[in-house]
Amino acid sequence: MVDTRERPVSDDAVEAAPSTAIAVNGGEAIAYALKQIEPEVVAAYPITPQTLIIEKFAEYCADGVVRTEYINVESEHAALSACVGASAAGARAITATAGPGLALMFEMLGVTSGMRLPIVMHLCTRALSAPLNILGDHSDAMAMRETGWVMLSGSSPQEAYDLALVAQTVAEHPDVMLPCANLVDGFMVTHAVERVDVLPDDVVRDYVGEYEPETSLLAEGSTATYGALDFRDYYFEHRRQQEAALYASQPVVEASLKRFGEISGRHHQILEPYRMDDAEVVLVFMGSAEGQAHAAVDAARAAGVKAGALRIRLLRPFPVDAIAEALSGARVVGVMDRAIGFGSAVNPLLADIKSALWSRTDRPLMKGFVYGLGGRVVTLGQLNQALGELVSAFESGEESTTTTYLGLREDPESAEVSS
Amino acid sequence: MTQPGTESWSEVPQGGTVLLPGSTERNLTGSWRTKLPIIDFDKCTHCMICWVMCPDSCFKTAEGTLQSVDLDHCKGCGICASECPVKCIEMVPEERD
Repeated sequence: MVDTRERPVSDDAVEAAPSTAIAVNGGEAIAYALKQIEPEVVAAYPITPQTLIIEKFAEYCADGVVRTEYINVESEHAALSACVGASAAGARAITATAGPGLALMFEMLGVTSGMRLPIVMHLCTRALSAPLNILGDHSDAMAMRETGWVMLSGSSPQEAYDLALVAQTVAEHPDVMLPCANLVDGFMVTHAVERVDVLPDDVVRDYVGEYEPETSLLAEGSTATYGALDFRDYYFEHRRQQEAALYASQPVVEASLKRFGEISGRHHQILEPYRMDDAEVVLVFMGSAEGQAHAAVDAARAAGVKAGALRIRLLRPFPVDAIAEALSGARVVGVMDRAIGFGSAVNPLLADIKSALWSRTDRPLMKGFVYGLGGRVVTLGQLNQALGELVSAFESGEESTTTTYLGLREDPESAEVSS
Repeated sequence: MTQPGTESWSEVPQGGTVLLPGSTERNLTGSWRTKLPIIDFDKCTHCMICWVMCPDSCFKTAEGTLQSVDLDHCKGCGICASECPVKCIEMVPEERD
């Protein structure tokens, strides 16, 4: 199903390369990007819903389409460890995982960012056990936020492909040199077959370039030692330096997205606003709930509500100023969390948004929602309900501090209390 | 050059990478030791198995003969005593102030 017709070129994409349309799911779209990047090393362990990526990529390896060293490992901890070794040796190394696999990688997440190794991970977001669940939510990604990775999040197979390429350029940028995760919603994106416009191989190779680290274990004349003991006399300084690099990655992400827009005609930004120009009531979310969120906004607009939606494409570093600017006209902000931050003051995305807006004197009313846990279907009705609650807050001027659980079977006696 | 342990956070090598070789020379780790290797040079055959096996490269040699142990880096693990074919190395509890 390959459509090789040239796409119509829009005004703002005058020099965009002619792309080829293919029909693939999100996992295969990422595998296609990996094929074009052709990294020196891929190490990964199969886990639903990520397996689509590495089984397709393993085919490319077996068929001789790529010369990548594909390392079969015994666990996700070993997968990321193998990438750490390869990356320290100077190779471009990529891995992919999901939910419990990410949990098993946890030790190495901090090792990767602390050693400043630009490994790219494709994280197919999945619920954490128990109870055992293989379906999608953001519990894994939210648990990863403090481990020092750059975190990008898409909402479609097309974006999974696009951000797979962007992530490579961000991670390896000399000002960054940090690992980068490409968040892809498990099943809703990984298994959704859609049209994906892929760039020509040479355009991709030119965009991602060669990985040439300043130092590495195997570089000629290298005397570098990686992963040495770092005690009370140095550790603090290295951590501060790592923090500065992560904050410094935001302009690099913006520049990489801009350059990607120039070659592809697809102009992604760190935030994806929808009907936000005069929006007073705004839904903030991340990932694949975009269709439902936009439809709910459209319905509210049709009913005379100045509604809008804001999707987070850059989760780490959290683009505080850009979010404050994007929400500067909002009077009521509802934040959609697809994870529970057990025992936290509020759930994870709401906590980030509240922090981003705290310094504003004219803060909007804010309200938290939890939705879609363990693959619970996200419906337009849920998003309409959320916007409805925000409109009520807008009209009454009263902030609700309780969380609303969208699509949850509520205890009949407590249903009124929690919503 | 800035002395070790005085660089600011923006000056330290990225990611804790040690860029120059030989930094162990000034990183004295012998203080971890609780047992000291004592060599009986009357029995030693200078076979150099201790020199090969020592994980911290502590055995000092000259002109093909074993000379001494670098106690700034010996951690007292006892591998040398265990491996010595003529059992001329004894691990002796070390008392310190």
